[in-house]
Amino acid sequence: MSSSRMIIPGESPSGSPTSPKSGTSSAAAAPAVALSMDTAPVSSERSSAPSVIRDFLRGRGSGNVADKSFAAIMLLCACSIFAIVLFILFILVARSKLTLAQFGLTFFSTSAWDPVSGNFGALPFIYGTLMTSLLALLMAVPLALGVAVFVTELCPRQLRAPISFLTELLAAIPSVVYGLWAVFVLVPIMRDQLGPALARYFGWTQLFGGANFGMGLLTASMILAIMILPIISSLTRDIMRAVPDSQREAVLALGATRWEMIRTGVLRNSRIGIVGAVMLGLGRALGETMAVTMVIGNHPSISRSLFAPANTLASVIAGEFSEATDDTYLSALIEIGLALFLVTIVVNAVARLMVWAVTRGAPARSI
Amino acid sequence: MGVGILVEHLNAWYGTTHTLQDINLHIPANHATALIGPSGCGKSTFVRCLNRMHETNPIARAEGTVKMGDVDIYKDASPVEIRRRVGMVFQRPNPFPTMSIYDNVISGLKLNGFRNRRVLDETVERSLKSAALWDEVKDDLKKKSGASLSGGQQQRMCIARAIAVDPEVLLMDEPASALDPVSTSKIEDLIFQLKSQYTIVIVTHNMQQAARVAENTGFFLNGKMVEFDSTHKIFTNPSDKRTEDYITGRFG
Amino acid sequence: MSTQPIQASITRRPLRVSATNRMLRTGINRFVTGLAVLATLLVLAPLFAILLYLIYKGASSLNLAFFTHNPAPVGEPGGGMANSIVGSGIILALASFMGVPVGICAGLYLAEFGRGKLLGDAVRFTADVLNGVPSIVMGISVYSLIVMRERHFSAFAGGVALAIMMVPTITRTTEEMLLQVPMSVREAALGLGVSKWRTALSVSLRTASPGIITGCMLAFARVAGETAPLLFTAFGNQFWSFALTQPIAALPLQIFVYAISPYDEWHRLAWAGALVLIGLIMASVTLVRIFAGRGTVRGGRS
Repeated sequence: MSSSRMIIPGESPSGSPTSPKSGTSSAAAAPAVALSMDTAPVSSERSSAPSVIRDFLRGRGSGNVADKSFAAIMLLCACSIFAIVLFILFILVARSKLTLAQFGLTFFSTSAWDPVSGNFGALPFIYGTLMTSLLALLMAVPLALGVAVFVTELCPRQLRAPISFLTELLAAIPSVVYGLWAVFVLVPIMRDQLGPALARYFGWTQLFGGANFGMGLLTASMILAIMILPIISSLTRDIMRAVPDSQREAVLALGATRWEMIRTGVLRNSRIGIVGAVMLGLGRALGETMAVTMVIGNHPSISRSLFAPANTLASVIAGEFSEATDDTYLSALIEIGLALFLVTIVVNAVARLMVWAVTRGAPARSI
Repeated sequence: MGVGILVEHLNAWYGTTHTLQDINLHIPANHATALIGPSGCGKSTFVRCLNRMHETNPIARAEGTVKMGDVDIYKDASPVEIRRRVGMVFQRPNPFPTMSIYDNVISGLKLNGFRNRRVLDETVERSLKSAALWDEVKDDLKKKSGASLSGGQQQRMCIARAIAVDPEVLLMDEPASALDPVSTSKIEDLIFQLKSQYTIVIVTHNMQQAARVAENTGFFLNGKMVEFDSTHKIFTNPSDKRTEDYITGRFG
Repeated sequence: MSTQPIQASITRRPLRVSATNRMLRTGINRFVTGLAVLATLLVLAPLFAILLYLIYKGASSLNLAFFTHNPAPVGEPGGGMANSIVGSGIILALASFMGVPVGICAGLYLAEFGRGKLLGDAVRFTADVLNGVPSIVMGISVYSLIVMRERHFSAFAGGVALAIMMVPTITRTTEEMLLQVPMSVREAALGLGVSKWRTALSVSLRTASPGIITGCMLAFARVAGETAPLLFTAFGNQFWSFALTQPIAALPLQIFVYAISPYDEWHRLAWAGALVLIGLIMASVTLVRIFAGRGTVRGGRS
């Protein structure tokens, strides 16, 4: 780089068009430079280190190859997420070919589930999955909304963090522990207290008829409701927080009560996001396995009574997979897994888009 | 010692906005050159083109010739190599929050793989002394995080960090705009002392600052360089009407 | 949609406010507030019910043998879950070993390279969707891929299933934490001539590391309690096993098996196991909370 220092001068020989007067400029600057030379405390201290550093840094390569390979590895890892989804899809389709070919779409519209004679229809499981999920949503959504409203709008500031923390703890409890608790606490309550009471007062709906063993659709729905509550409420909370305070103040300033403010200022503005949050809860409920398996009774039937044992898509896989010795049986169970995969993908995709629409749009709008 | 910079037909874009239009300029070595102009006139973009930081933004683009010494930085070298030869001080102090003061100062060496302990120790002391920060921090160099210093100290540490790699050119993008008057005057003293060793380009929208520290001043307006001359000339007898309007405070 | 409904509903309201109207409105306000409070209590009730019952049942069944003995055969009293605890540790270590690096790298891509790119958005969206795929589906997919081919259950298969579940969670938290690192800090490094990969690793990742560690711990805690993906992969084992190619015991699996068994002695062990499992998970979540509260990212503020 020694040659580079040769064109240091103040007067530029090449004379760029806009600096024709640079000669005068360096003349004007000359005293200033001299002054700084005198006052600079460091000029005498310049040791050999600088040139060592310069030589070292000049000697380093451009690092282009390392940069490119790093970017490529990161890209590869990012794409592994696509790969996982495609791999699941591919392997599930490949392993369920047998029943896909044998039953086609009737697999999902017939209710015969007879492994012995090799006849498979998934309708009872679809029914069980939909019923438990919808009942769970019915119970969980109002409660979750209540909690979200309470935490974001009503509760004293000091209570906010602990309540959020506790609801998050609820989300951290493993499914199998919920199941364990349900088996030994919820099932007896349902069998001995809640069940008979429901049958007595709501027996006329015929939803609570038949034998009540404590295990069945309703118990499974209740444990599901408890499990999806934290998800819905924490997402709803985030969404409500994304509503700018100016909206709240605008409504309050018009003389609305607090509830009217929540209804018109908060809930109305975040309804799409709330629907998205509910759908995410639905997605979780559809695929929840362990707790449901432990309390639903595991019987492939479609019955009007909510006390009746049933089975869901997820729980039949968990319950019967290890018994599935012949290929058709196994293929049928894997096809159920495929259906579960596709349904949850669609539900989650739609839900995510709805949640994104609200939480991403909000800050942009307030700027 | 520093090198001179010759800029010819430099154009830059952000997306479709033409932020720099045909800039031609010669920046002399071992002097301080100030760039003034109203906000959004392209002066920051200009200095960011001098070390190719401009192109870190994916939508940004630059064309033209920038010769640093005899190296054409857009042709002869990669951005990384250029930035090792050009120190930069940013508008807001930006210490590495996880690093100690010591590590912050020599981060340019360590992150580039320099390992010699003795040289590192020397460099920290020399750079911090140059940046007039040594006496304030020498006792807890490795104990304190760089982010725990005050704003003015942080900025002087950032200057120390920039000169630790012994650059030929020092770019400063409004280095004092986020600081209080006392810290600002310290930074100005520092620039005054450093310019004997480095070619300094300083962007500022404070005209007094330009007048105090720089031998030469360029005036930017709407992506064009209106006038470039000795600071004395610019502030006492500008040749362009727009420059006069700006420095007399008639607009901007 | 943001302002119009408000105006409409406000102007529709009559301007003359009668006394009964006002009473009605405040009444509704009180009623709804009460409902929200009630909902919160109703939600917190099961949490306390579960935790208290768990502690009550679990603590009375917990003893030293639980941590030192393997399961006893049916009918014999005593026994523990030593092999399950170790097995869970092995599977989780395996899953973390595979899932954490991939997740962090994918998050690095999203935050450092994929900003504003269509591919980045696609990866982000897919990760979110994958996060919602039921764990049992991961279980049978890995079963179909590995177990069916190898013809036996294995610890390795269990690890793969859990790793797949960790990746999307870690990717998203890593990305979010990296986005909190101010751009100016990256610029400082780039301005010093540090290459992009070195900036990403030594500056961005290092600055965001407390948050990323938190994210990894949460992902870890989440899969630590997973049972469904292990049912047909790790399968469970009544004895010690350290081989990755053999079926291995896991705490959640053992809890499940004991819970649905008809024996009181096994029920007792299931409660003890659940208490241990929850204790481990809660401990890591709480630690993470403390850790995350302290290690928030500080940027180059002035």
